[in-house]
Amino acid sequence: MSVQLWTFIIVGLTFAIYIGIAIWSRAGSTKDFYIAGQGVHPTINGMATAADWMSAASFISMAGLISFMGYDGTVYLMGWTGGYVLLALLLAPYLRKFGKFTVPDFIGDRYYSNVARTVAVVAAIVVSFTYVAGQMRGVGVVFARFLEVPINTGVFIGMAIVFIYAVMGGMKGITYTQVAQYCILIFAYMVPAIFISITMTGNVIPQIGFISTEANTSVYLLEKLDMLHRELGFAEYTSGSKSMLDVFAITFALMVGTAGLPHVIVRFFTVPKVEDARKSAGWALLFIAILYTTAPAIAVFARTNLINTVSEKNYAEMPQWFKSWEGTGLIKFEDKNSDGKIQYVADKDANELTIDRDIMVLANPEIANLPAWVIALVAAGGLAAALSTAAGLLLVISTSLSHDLIKKQIKPDLSEKQELMWARIGAVFAVAVAGYFGINPPGFVAATVALAFGFAAASFFPAIILGIFDKRMNREGAIAGMSVGLILMFFYMAVYKLGWFVEATPPPSEWWFGISPEGFGTVAMFVNLIISLVVSRMTAAPPEDVQQIVEDIRIPRGAGAAQNH
Amino acid sequence: MSPDKRKEYWQRNIRIVLILLSIWFLVSYVFSIFLVDALNSISIGGAKLGFWFAQQGSIYVFVVLIYVYVKYMNKLDKEYDVHE
Repeated sequence: MSVQLWTFIIVGLTFAIYIGIAIWSRAGSTKDFYIAGQGVHPTINGMATAADWMSAASFISMAGLISFMGYDGTVYLMGWTGGYVLLALLLAPYLRKFGKFTVPDFIGDRYYSNVARTVAVVAAIVVSFTYVAGQMRGVGVVFARFLEVPINTGVFIGMAIVFIYAVMGGMKGITYTQVAQYCILIFAYMVPAIFISITMTGNVIPQIGFISTEANTSVYLLEKLDMLHRELGFAEYTSGSKSMLDVFAITFALMVGTAGLPHVIVRFFTVPKVEDARKSAGWALLFIAILYTTAPAIAVFARTNLINTVSEKNYAEMPQWFKSWEGTGLIKFEDKNSDGKIQYVADKDANELTIDRDIMVLANPEIANLPAWVIALVAAGGLAAALSTAAGLLLVISTSLSHDLIKKQIKPDLSEKQELMWARIGAVFAVAVAGYFGINPPGFVAATVALAFGFAAASFFPAIILGIFDKRMNREGAIAGMSVGLILMFFYMAVYKLGWFVEATPPPSEWWFGISPEGFGTVAMFVNLIISLVVSRMTAAPPEDVQQIVEDIRIPRGAGAAQNH
Repeated sequence: MSPDKRKEYWQRNIRIVLILLSIWFLVSYVFSIFLVDALNSISIGGAKLGFWFAQQGSIYVFVVLIYVYVKYMNKLDKEYDVHE
């Protein structure tokens, strides 16, 4: 059977599963729609969180990115996992005890202010939309590459699927679909990784292959790769080229941003007890770590394999996968010195080969000569990763509109049924907007994921942490901190990443303290923290009943009961 | 629960969090970033230790940290009778 036929079968099958789950888990109440009725088992929630969290970027792009960045790729590996430690220790248990539906709920109640609630709603929507645009695009791209349909058709199919299970099932539908999506994506990621590890190092486990010798030699893989890099003039794979301060800033911003992302936080509202929220964070990280510790191994295998296959070899003798990816324009070869051989070197003038980093994961099965069904599986895995994240983000947007804006502010007398209807309308609206951005990706799409993390770090993280750990923190402090954090982050991104308000995007030498826009969330987060603390100490203490809320969320007992009043 | 007990429970919670976060900071920022060059002079298997911590070790430690926290807090909750 051909790859395309296999892809149709496997992708069709997975979509049928998602729709089946949607029909089985329809939401009957707002509690079902917002937080899956709060009856999700911690292990199940951990799995759903992992799928929610790992996006098209994690699945398709990350290993390739690391493979080109070497040590510098560490910022993603640690940045996107270390945040779970913060979530488990500092946020999840307390927010679960607080026990409402959304993150703006917490901000609004803890800071006894609809202004604070509105700032939080704006932040949640900005963060989620910037993030979701990339996901819908990812769905389109996977469709285009594997099923040879136009990207836009792919986006429409993705929209239709998410529409069915997010609008019908809300959080309940999304949770169980995400569990299925996790299983599909992790299987699709591990199968090629294991095969390649066996071929290259003779080890079944890629994480061990990573530190082993090349098969049938006594040379360690990483040493060999460093050597190849030196020969070709690249920086050594195991040492980076970013400044130490910038690596620190980016890693920290990604960790703190992770812990402040509303679509991740809200997953911890769906478990029955405080204890389960803690456990859930542990399970989530374990499920994520399986992929995140495999990615650097894939990066090393793919990089070594690539250099061995192409460097100084005759162009005419390139294997089939090289030719087929050349057809898509993702590999480009230009014989500058007309010797018929491929020179792949660091020197731009002599280099003859350009490679799109996404190929590293997508072409892996072909490079390793794996059967057609494995290639199809990778397509289904990429779709699972993109759809699961998109659905989680869409839910945050729809809840922000129906619950935090309409129910809590505009029409408090809304009945349960009406609110549920508004939640569905919100979801329809969110799917439509996400689809629009998927079809007409804004020029700054590449910057948007970094933007989303920066915004989450600069706004939510300090406001939530201080709300739990600093009883004296008040309305004035939180609003001032969040607003300044958001504006500062926006300003820095706009000027130094997008080149707005200035004639040309300033070069890295003009960055503040040498920190890149990706890492600036760290600075904005600390500025928020300091402003919040200073302003709160200069203004009145929060009222007695709010201080009581803080006392209350610090004690686990009563989380289940508090919900059922 | 008496206010004193409450305070004691909270302080013990804060202490374990601070201890675990120090380890979190140590493996991710100190081992993997600030001291990466020094650690790279040691090898584990075929990997330089600093590089290995940055791309593998720190993530394993993160998982263990949450596991320890869950175990400790479950015990603490029972000791102060605030569990569910």
